[in-house]
Amino acid sequence: MTAFLTLFHKELLRFWKVSFQTVLAPMVSTLLYLLIFLQVLDAQREVYPGIPYTIFLIPGLVMMAVIQNAFANSSSSMIQSKISGNIVFILLSPLTYQQIFFAYVLASIARGLLVGLGVYIVTLIFFEIPLHLPLWALLFVMLGSAILGALGLIAGIWADKFDQLAAFQNFIILPLSFLSGVFYTIHALPAGWQYLSHLNPFFYMIDGFRYGFFGVSDISPYVSLLIVAICLFAISVYAIRLLKTGYKLRH
Amino acid sequence: MLPAIEISEVYKTYGKLPVLLDVNLEIRQGEFFALLGPNGAGKTTLISIIAGLTLATSGSIRVMGYDVVTQYQNARRNLGIVPQELVFDPFFTVREILQIQSGYYGIKQNSDWIDEILERLDLAQKADDNMRSLSGGMKRRVLVAQALVHKPPVIILDEPTAGVDVELRQTLWEFIKQLNCDGHTVVLTTHYLEEAETLCSRVAMLKQGQIIALDTTKNLINKISHGYAVQLRLQPDVLPSELKLLQITHGNGIVELHLESYQQLEVVLASLRTAGIQVQELRLQQPDLEDVFVSMMKNNATEVQ
Repeated sequence: MTAFLTLFHKELLRFWKVSFQTVLAPMVSTLLYLLIFLQVLDAQREVYPGIPYTIFLIPGLVMMAVIQNAFANSSSSMIQSKISGNIVFILLSPLTYQQIFFAYVLASIARGLLVGLGVYIVTLIFFEIPLHLPLWALLFVMLGSAILGALGLIAGIWADKFDQLAAFQNFIILPLSFLSGVFYTIHALPAGWQYLSHLNPFFYMIDGFRYGFFGVSDISPYVSLLIVAICLFAISVYAIRLLKTGYKLRH
Repeated sequence: MLPAIEISEVYKTYGKLPVLLDVNLEIRQGEFFALLGPNGAGKTTLISIIAGLTLATSGSIRVMGYDVVTQYQNARRNLGIVPQELVFDPFFTVREILQIQSGYYGIKQNSDWIDEILERLDLAQKADDNMRSLSGGMKRRVLVAQALVHKPPVIILDEPTAGVDVELRQTLWEFIKQLNCDGHTVVLTTHYLEEAETLCSRVAMLKQGQIIALDTTKNLINKISHGYAVQLRLQPDVLPSELKLLQITHGNGIVELHLESYQQLEVVLASLRTAGIQVQELRLQQPDLEDVFVSMMKNNATEVQ
């Protein structure tokens, strides 16, 4: 347990020591999104009954910040360690594959939650945001950041260079999060696009998270929960398998 | 007694390229052991397999009785490795790095031992400096310190003195010798053969992935040595005819003779005295590990004991 806690603590310190860049900067950019969208779009239009677009948008943006930062944390930590070579200190140690996995993923959850919470608290100063089912919101934000933490670990293990990781982030993570219903409800989309949105696992994280705030969602929160849980399980099994076989880590 | 490291029939190939070919080696507990060989001989690959950083194509390795693949946790707890590459984590100070490293091995409170290592490796003044600000030599010391935080019974140093100044080399070897005296098994690879010769009781030489020599340092030197060379500056600079047979070279006022044994030196000196020739300078050259190394690497014949 000490070994796992040490690695977890080290991963927390890694981003906390540069929190200006890893926590504050993403908070600011998320709040800028909010500012711009509210200026450009019809902020008072109701998305759900009694829920204007502004309020609808906030949980989506919070979740987007969580997703992107959870991914960034594990992926950048892993690739930096690989490229600078200091990953050997973990590989030489008696840490088990599961311990390595959980330490990286939990640190990603922590960073995702910290950024998300920061954004949420700042928006609370300006808006009144309902929070009907806080435990549902917490559950989805945990699961969502865990999935992205595990994906980040996989991407960090797979990528040999920083531009490969950037490609993973820009061509997979960013489109999936932007097209997941962060900025809109999928009911506003044509049928074909609605169908495509259902194939995007990020959609379920955001829809479920929003359910925690408003008590209403595009699809049943239980379905979302099931899909998100299955995704997390599958991605985690795959990530642990990569660690165990030593893919790109042990020759 | 259980061997510290037991390497059985280890093969390693990268694609079709063989790197290690049927390596068998047993390193006893408490030994100071050298693994020598030219670049590309497979030393680092072998160490990486022991450390679990590389997987062998076939064969098995045990560290203090634990298989490095199936019982990797116990094997790694018994092992401290100083890697060849100068790697470091730029986010932390020296002390933080050592505390983190201790934690990886399940040690919560390790301040006393960390302080001792810092002191012994002359790192105490740099303890709270960030890794980024350290010189290459200092970073090397931290690598050694990291390998020792969990007091491993088996310590492997992969070229620990490459690019390191004389002072650190001496500090480092003093400390490692002390650890060896305390019962730790030490394995080292180095290109400085005089280090291996002074420190190590046993030597394995690797060439193209095979062990071509394995013996005590003394035996290896004796095996290839055919006598000694003695260099003389004589006044007058002439050699009595009875000594001509021993002459290897003669030039620039220096005569070099080949001797089969020390006793022969007396004969040489006696005949010089009889001839009225004065010895102004005398230098005796003994064969060293470097001669063994050169001869072994030239010679293709495989001889393993």
